Amino acid sequence: MTQAGDVNLRDFLQLALFVAGLIAVTPPLGRFMARVFSGEPHFLSRVLTPVERGIYRLSGVHPVHEMSWKAYAVAMLAFNILGGAVLLVMEMTQAWLPLNPQHLPNVPFPLAFNTAVSFVTNTNWQAYSGEATMSCFTQMAGLAVHNFVSAATGIAIAVALARGLVRKQMSTIGNFWADLTRGILYILLPLSIIITIVLAQQGVVQTFADYPTATTLEGASQQIPLGPIASQMAIKQLGTNGGGFLGQNSAHPFENPTPLTNFIEVCVIFWLGSALVYMFGLKAGDRRQGWAIWTAMFVLFLAGLAVLWWAELQPNPALGLTSASLEGKEVRFGQFNSALFATVTTDASCGAVNMTHDSLSPLGGLVPLINMMLGEVIFGGVGAGFYGMLMFVLLTVFIAGLMVGRTPEYLGKKIEAREVTWAVIAVLAPAVMILCGSALTMMYPAALNSLNNAGPHGLSEVIYAFTSAAANNGSAFAGLNANTGWYNYMLALNMFVGRFAIIIPVLAIAGSLAQKKASPPSSGTFPTNGAVFTILLISVVLIVGALTFFPVLSLGPIVEHFLMQAGRTF
Amino acid sequence: MKIIFQSLRVYLVLTLLTGILYPLAMTGVAQLLFPRQSNGSRIMESSKLIGSDLIAQKFENPKYFWPRPSAADYATVPSGASNKGPTAADLKKSIDERREKFGPNAPIDLLTASGSGLDPHISPEAGHSQIPRVANARNLAPEKVSALVDEMTEAPQLGFLGEPRVNVLRLNRALDQLR
Repeated sequence: MTQAGDVNLRDFLQLALFVAGLIAVTPPLGRFMARVFSGEPHFLSRVLTPVERGIYRLSGVHPVHEMSWKAYAVAMLAFNILGGAVLLVMEMTQAWLPLNPQHLPNVPFPLAFNTAVSFVTNTNWQAYSGEATMSCFTQMAGLAVHNFVSAATGIAIAVALARGLVRKQMSTIGNFWADLTRGILYILLPLSIIITIVLAQQGVVQTFADYPTATTLEGASQQIPLGPIASQMAIKQLGTNGGGFLGQNSAHPFENPTPLTNFIEVCVIFWLGSALVYMFGLKAGDRRQGWAIWTAMFVLFLAGLAVLWWAELQPNPALGLTSASLEGKEVRFGQFNSALFATVTTDASCGAVNMTHDSLSPLGGLVPLINMMLGEVIFGGVGAGFYGMLMFVLLTVFIAGLMVGRTPEYLGKKIEAREVTWAVIAVLAPAVMILCGSALTMMYPAALNSLNNAGPHGLSEVIYAFTSAAANNGSAFAGLNANTGWYNYMLALNMFVGRFAIIIPVLAIAGSLAQKKASPPSSGTFPTNGAVFTILLISVVLIVGALTFFPVLSLGPIVEHFLMQAGRTF
Repeated sequence: MKIIFQSLRVYLVLTLLTGILYPLAMTGVAQLLFPRQSNGSRIMESSKLIGSDLIAQKFENPKYFWPRPSAADYATVPSGASNKGPTAADLKKSIDERREKFGPNAPIDLLTASGSGLDPHISPEAGHSQIPRVANARNLAPEKVSALVDEMTEAPQLGFLGEPRVNVLRLNRALDQLR
């Protein structure tokens, strides 16, 4: 008889298949993306190019018109902010809009505002339970739309950065509208359709009917929540959005009914982020440039998974448990699939959860926190992982240049004060938001009424909320009652800064590098396509993260670990 | 000013594509191909809805198998988890109470609340640990109930995905039909 907490052969089989799938899809998907974003023909062109032209005609876009980085940034900001405003109005008027079978009332402003910012920034932080708050119309015509467009925005920024790195002496970095449209039409939508069908076959709900009431075997009434869930699950996972249709997200059997749906949901979180790195290598004319970065991401992923999984298998003396805890976890997923999902969802900026992270062991909960604090550069959010990691790449090249006393270069381009300044802003902005937001909250007594746990775990709940918001993740130590004025506004601010204080510097760097000449590598050039660079990159990511966050982590999860070992409860 | 109208136009066209056409088409396809699953895997008995295969029901009667604890008492709109951390005193209290209820050797899934609050499954061990109570309440031979639990145990999907498990509602329905 096996016990929960044992390690089984099938755990390693699942991990092997997860990794094999990731490695198998990365090159073809990366090649496909390279063709899509350079406007070359591919196997979907014949069917979908007329649709693409139709979209441009309907929306009055000239896709070949190239933009400077500033024009690109203005279009991106205008589109996202106005889209957010539409979503805000939709939430606040949903009672009068169609497809509201449960007659849910209008969403009040602070929550609607927080949710609008959350979905615009690809965070999908949720201070509500969808089944009791959002109408079908708001979910599909508002929230799901932002799942697509925020993911496509991330991809567009990544593609624009790749262009900036590769182009020589040019003043433009592409057309935002074309990049946005192509990302949705050729990549997000076709893959979402396939995923939806598989999920629906396995039991994920897809209907507009109202919630029926069952009479249980013991004679009680039970209302069954429904909705167009499968179509939203597909893009929620693929686009690393993470916002559940139902409050309990991918732990809920209607979002994630079987081990197979769970496996698909966890696999696709990494796919686009991984493929974008490969695409970059192709564009740079040296695939090893891509693989060097990919390997750094992969090593960090495995390290996080190992720690989280190990930590979850340990007994808990404080709770009097001699085997691994299943609090907040589902039987069909067990320890390994809960650990894998928690690692992947926070490596990427997904934030979907198949267990409640609040109930992770102290060191188990430390891993998602660190994953997010490192900037979600471990495959990361679609697009966001690539451009976030590129900021660390520039810092690494800069530090390597300082060590050998030469002007740092990347892909033959000189990395100068301007680029390094922007990169430092992109790396530090989320860190400032996390630390200042958490500190202010700890000083505001009313905000502490929201805590669901006492002792060091209460501090962890607050740090997790601000980290998740600033990193645009969206998962939570969900015991924290975040539907209050303080958290709705503060976290919205964190999400906004955490998104756009990275994107703007990234576009500025893209614009600046596009204008530069590229010089051929010389004997003094530090190679960025090999193992030494990968190791250096991992070190820079970890050192920056550790220096910034070790003090606060030691007061939260780390001290909680020792108190748990000593059998203390709060 | 131009950029504002441009943005809104693109936003509306993309809303039409991803927010209206896509979910409607997917609903059509799912309803056509998988009508039972897309409507919530409902269980009907003589045209009366008695629940969903995927959603746990509350069971308290000793003649039924009991599901995992639910922090929100099996509420469905919305459901919920405890969100209690690893050093929470009230979680320790809940676990101690469940140990009273399910016995000193109860498997871990019966001592802890699920993430969804509606976990439809228990581990096979959790099923077997409840056999004496159920068999006694129904005046059935424990071997007969045990055979039913084994019969209702689902293996990991495709042989290696996920965990072995027993669907409590299905098990209890089979039990009612046993007589």
